Amino acid sequence: MSVPAFTGSNVMDVDAAKIRGAGSNVHFDKVSVAYGAHVVLHPLTLDIAPGEILAMIGPSGSGKTTALRAVAGFVRPASGRIRIGATDVTDLPPYERGLGMVVQNYALFPHMRVEDNVAFGLRAQGADKALIAERVKDSLATVGMSGFAERYPRELSGGQQQRVAIARALAVRPRVLLLDEPLSALDAQIRRNMVEEIARLHRDLPGLTILYVTHDQTEALTLADKIAIMRDGRVSSHGPTAELYRRPPNRFTAEFLGRANLLPVTVAESAAGPKGFAKARLGDAVLAGAARGEKPGDKTLLCIRPQHLSLTGDAEHTNRIVGTLKEVHWQGELTHLVLDVDGTPVRVSATRLPLSLPERGSAMPLFFTPGDTSLVPEDVCG
Amino acid sequence: MADAAVLPATSAVRRVPGRFWIVPPAALLALLFFYPLVLIVQQAFTDDSGMANVAEFVRVLHARFFLNALLNTITISVAATAGCLIVGLVLGLILAFVPFPGSGVIARLIDTFIALPTFLVTLAFTFLYGSAGMLNAGLMEVLSLHAPPVDFLYSTWGVVLAEVTVYSPFVLRPLLAAFSLVDRGQIEAASVLGARPFRIVRQIILPAAVPALIAGGSLCLLLTVNEFGIVLFIGAKGVITLPLLIYSKAIQESAYQVACIIAVINIALSLGLFGLYRFAAGRLGA
Repeated sequence: MSVPAFTGSNVMDVDAAKIRGAGSNVHFDKVSVAYGAHVVLHPLTLDIAPGEILAMIGPSGSGKTTALRAVAGFVRPASGRIRIGATDVTDLPPYERGLGMVVQNYALFPHMRVEDNVAFGLRAQGADKALIAERVKDSLATVGMSGFAERYPRELSGGQQQRVAIARALAVRPRVLLLDEPLSALDAQIRRNMVEEIARLHRDLPGLTILYVTHDQTEALTLADKIAIMRDGRVSSHGPTAELYRRPPNRFTAEFLGRANLLPVTVAESAAGPKGFAKARLGDAVLAGAARGEKPGDKTLLCIRPQHLSLTGDAEHTNRIVGTLKEVHWQGELTHLVLDVDGTPVRVSATRLPLSLPERGSAMPLFFTPGDTSLVPEDVCG
Repeated sequence: MADAAVLPATSAVRRVPGRFWIVPPAALLALLFFYPLVLIVQQAFTDDSGMANVAEFVRVLHARFFLNALLNTITISVAATAGCLIVGLVLGLILAFVPFPGSGVIARLIDTFIALPTFLVTLAFTFLYGSAGMLNAGLMEVLSLHAPPVDFLYSTWGVVLAEVTVYSPFVLRPLLAAFSLVDRGQIEAASVLGARPFRIVRQIILPAAVPALIAGGSLCLLLTVNEFGIVLFIGAKGVITLPLLIYSKAIQESAYQVACIIAVINIALSLGLFGLYRFAAGRLGA
């Protein structure tokens, strides 16, 4: 078993610029985890490219945290191997993996000042004093906490503690940064700010590979280059963030990643090419939707996001459905309408409303462009 | 006007429920606890003719038998407490942080020692390590010896070993409570950052357990300073502690003033240690 390059005294040889250059990839090779007979992670094969942010999202018990803990070394895979860079870390203890980790409750050491918290990993790895002082200063500056070095964690707010936790993880120049629900304990406003902070951090450190586990789709959509959606210990879907959002490969992904209207349709005419539009029938309406190779007669779902539905038609919004207005909820920036379309509730998020809305119970047309739709198979796992 | 005159009278007769319930426990405490203590203190400073006498107190303080007993008491209690801290800490770390099936059962079994009379362990030790005990008998047979090779039980170290065995659970219990409060996330974060287990114990776990160590340690010190049964049962030659000296002076020599003088010093020592224990237990949140 080879010793990873980023351990012990090696930390002193690592140039700070290295992290801004090439990071390490993480490779799950058929990794499964089981507690006794109970399998919590089915064989998982997944790659996180160097410098990439991969968000693992999914409901509680979907296996996302287990996958992260397997990378950290806290969970022993029942089968499969985990590689970080060129190193097979499956059998290495956590302290030899060269990682950084930030968890939900910060896990700062309460009896140590901020600077000692940040210096902890470097001291553990035997770095010399000059390097420790430099890294502590740099790391605290990176997260905007330079003025708090001598405080104790109890003297900081939740957001400040989380920044210190990130600084502590970054100080050791990790090959991979593991973020396990890092913002869940913060209130909504601070969480929004911290998402922006982490995005800025990654722009400053583009070589840093990040595995980000969250149940918050907004965090995932904002930060991740790629998303893996977990369900029942399996990857339900995996791909570039925008692609997964625009063309969800299955119903679970469509519903979990943002809000989606899923209209049951029957394919009337196949697409001309692999990325073309098929024609599908919903009641009397014939709608064009981005196809996945469906054949005429296939029963499938047409996915359209609430914000892509328009109350007025034009040359682009060629798809038209008619529903019965059921509910109107004004929420300041947005107004949410709920309509019944052939027995399926359809949600519309509108920034502008016509001067006069029809009364509840009245028929109302909705328009959308074929480019904003996607045909989604009914099966739950892709 | 009439109403205003009535109001103070109403306030004056308002009764505070339960105010007088302090009397029975206070009276009981005074009768059973404080009064005997006052008698001991009074006896310590009064000679046989009933006159106040501080000279005898000073003489006892300088007497060799007292200084030897004090030294023995301190040596045994400090050594036993140190042993309890080491044994309790090692056991606590294993039980709390090394997952193995049955760790809960082991913890409860160790707890049962608290329920046993202290001299029972000493009795068991005579069967194990005594001159005719299993260890000596086995060694004599295996090594063809004519005399028992292990002879520590009837010495200071025999007393210390017995006290460590009896009182380690008093350290283990608060330690396990403190360890259960240590955030596992901190341990994992430290581990990911490159800290090996010994560093994690030293820099993350022990700082969190300091109040528990002080509480358990001071309780052990308090109990071992006052331990009577183990020292008497082992009957080690020349190992006289303060409680044994008080017994000896009062019961065997009928020197009540001397016994009371030593008792006063023993009480002062105990109250000091008890104060330390309460302070540490308060920090722990007990």
